[in-house]
Amino acid sequence: MTAAPHTTHVAGSSFTRWIRPRPGHWIRPLAFMAPALAGLALFVVYPLLALVYYSFTRYDLLNTPVWVGLRNYVFLLWGDPLARKAAYNTVWLVVVITVLRLVFATGVAAVLVRVRNGAGLFRTLIYLPALAPPVAATLAFTFLFNPGTGPVNTVLSWFGVSGPLWFSDPAWAKPALTLLTLWASGELIIIIMAGMLDVPGELYEAASLDGAGSVRRFWHITLPAIAPVLVFGVINSIILGLQYFTQAVVAASVASGSADIAGSRRVIGYPDNSTLTFPVWLYQQGFHYYNMGYASAMSIALFVVSTVFTVFFVHRLRRASHAEEMA
Amino acid sequence: MRRIGVAAACAAFALLASACGPETSSSGTANAPSADEKVSLSVWSKFSGRELGVLQKVLDGFQAKHPNITVKNQGSQDDDKVAQAIRGGNPPDVAISFSTDNIGQFCSGGAWQDLKAYISRDKVDLNQLPAATRAYTEFKGTRCAMPLLADVYGLYYNKAMFAKAGLSGPPKTMSELFEYAKKLTVLNPDGSIKVAGFVPTIGFYANHVQMWASSWGAQWAGQDGKSALGTDPQWQAMLEWAKKFTDFYGRDKLAKFTAGLGQEYSPDHAFEKGQIAMAMDGEFRTAFIEAEAPKLDYATAPFPVADNKPDLYGGGYTTGTIIGIPKGAKNAGAGWELVKYLSTDPGALQELAHGLKNVPSTVPALQDPTLQKDVHFKTFLDIFANPNLATNPASANGGAYLKSAEDFSISYQSGGVTDLKAGLAKTGTQIDADAQLGS
Repeated sequence: MTAAPHTTHVAGSSFTRWIRPRPGHWIRPLAFMAPALAGLALFVVYPLLALVYYSFTRYDLLNTPVWVGLRNYVFLLWGDPLARKAAYNTVWLVVVITVLRLVFATGVAAVLVRVRNGAGLFRTLIYLPALAPPVAATLAFTFLFNPGTGPVNTVLSWFGVSGPLWFSDPAWAKPALTLLTLWASGELIIIIMAGMLDVPGELYEAASLDGAGSVRRFWHITLPAIAPVLVFGVINSIILGLQYFTQAVVAASVASGSADIAGSRRVIGYPDNSTLTFPVWLYQQGFHYYNMGYASAMSIALFVVSTVFTVFFVHRLRRASHAEEMA
Repeated sequence: MRRIGVAAACAAFALLASACGPETSSSGTANAPSADEKVSLSVWSKFSGRELGVLQKVLDGFQAKHPNITVKNQGSQDDDKVAQAIRGGNPPDVAISFSTDNIGQFCSGGAWQDLKAYISRDKVDLNQLPAATRAYTEFKGTRCAMPLLADVYGLYYNKAMFAKAGLSGPPKTMSELFEYAKKLTVLNPDGSIKVAGFVPTIGFYANHVQMWASSWGAQWAGQDGKSALGTDPQWQAMLEWAKKFTDFYGRDKLAKFTAGLGQEYSPDHAFEKGQIAMAMDGEFRTAFIEAEAPKLDYATAPFPVADNKPDLYGGGYTTGTIIGIPKGAKNAGAGWELVKYLSTDPGALQELAHGLKNVPSTVPALQDPTLQKDVHFKTFLDIFANPNLATNPASANGGAYLKSAEDFSISYQSGGVTDLKAGLAKTGTQIDADAQLGS
């Protein structure tokens, strides 16, 4: 470990010469960073700036953008009922997916860490759905949950339960998508499980000696110890919910009976726009209605919301990590 | 001095370069290449596999007539890719689009070149195109595309089921369609639907508002150009009929039935499987049935019309593939020759129609003995030639207004709207507001 130059008390001309930047000293590091900086400028900064500019224009992707001021933002806030519906659906998915995914992943991870025999097999099985391509997984779910011919409702009927219409019912379409998301939560389960395995065993032993039961141990030891991991899970789930796209489009297309090799754009949001998420509506506006200026304004809105959420939770994550270190 | 020299050299080079490019006449059209001038022409379309091969055969015919033009047939290119190429300044010479929804954007800003000067120069008779196809290939007076085959919608009905129910011919009015459907519907012992006479669910298969609207004579816009959803009573009549039809089956029962049916473009299509007795569909379904359910005993007819609009019977809804020359095309003159050939040459259109099982998009090309011989297909040729053939209007923001209208219709049909008239008026206002985004 070397001390940072500016903290040294050593005096002497040779050392002073060492810490004084030589002319052009920045060229070499900059050269090493250049590819990354070029990529960042080309693929992040430029598109972002272009997006901001386009959001103030009428731009149809084909002709020169025309400056329209705040018109796109005004339309987004007060003129587009489907944008409000899409925002509601996205917020619904963010809240429900975040809460249920965290609870589900933590619960499954808590069980997995206790499994001794065949632990590897169970962990693999739990993780496998996360590897399924979203389109294939959604297709499988729409067939499993088909109200007329699907096995889920058939099994429910054995117990005298008349299953819902799932992806064909506006009230059940989002819950069905949530089930699909939970099924594919293997990644988060593995991360939380790793966090749990990292908790020192001595803490549990000490708590047991003090008479704490399994619930209290989980509540007072496990949860605080994995708090940073859970905050990561929250951020991850919020971003997942805010960007919900593929599954919503595929489920709507298949459930409406209009899926074809090219995909169907007429049935986005089926049924009754209950699966119309903000990114889906944004994509539809930009690439199918050619309202790229308006779609850019929608993107900026989504970007701002995502950033606010992320900054807030990253701040919480740091505080949680700091608290853990202090403990 | 040195700068002046460089500028002069650049100017000379630019002049030379422009002299080497396609010549442009005083009318603003690029001339066709002379017989000894070798030209390579790129054609982009979304065709793939077998269908791309069908197009290639017709392009071979074009090349035989123009040995100096080599056509490069590029498939699997959708509108997005063509748009990207136009933006990038390297578009194909000829673009083929499967959708008519975007004609407003293509024409209004010049992304697809205005063909009027070419049409006028070569004296192409646009009257050989039905009014509906002329409508979906132009926008506000700018003709930036030509039709290349058409999809025409009509009624498919199961003859064996009709005979069993004691019905002899197809229904001709919406009331008859409803009554026929009642007779043709078969329930399971538990009350669920086994066979539906007709599925009235908007959004299901080809049941889209623009397709139904033509049979109801419902207008999309009034004289002032504003949406007519709230003012044309035919919209209200259409949706009330659809709601009554849905209530006959029961919303949930119908939803459960349709959820269990096969996808629209799969061999499990419900009409092909005998789960639906009557259905609205395009002429292309005849090819699917021939390949996937050759033993199906069926017939085709024009789709029934509103009871108060009997004169509309015989017509129907049409849309289709369109072809044009993108802005910045390097060989626009040769490109026009190909556009003209593919969209007006009866032989080319008929060959495409045979291969792709679509309706040839000019009236003269309809007189094809082979196509006319197929009784199932002939129905669609007749609908296409009928003066009541209709389409939905082009707009500045693609199909946004179709989604607004369809969303509202579905909402009403499923019981989510109490005041139909007010809801239609509100949807019309929303459509007008949405249109402002693209103008």
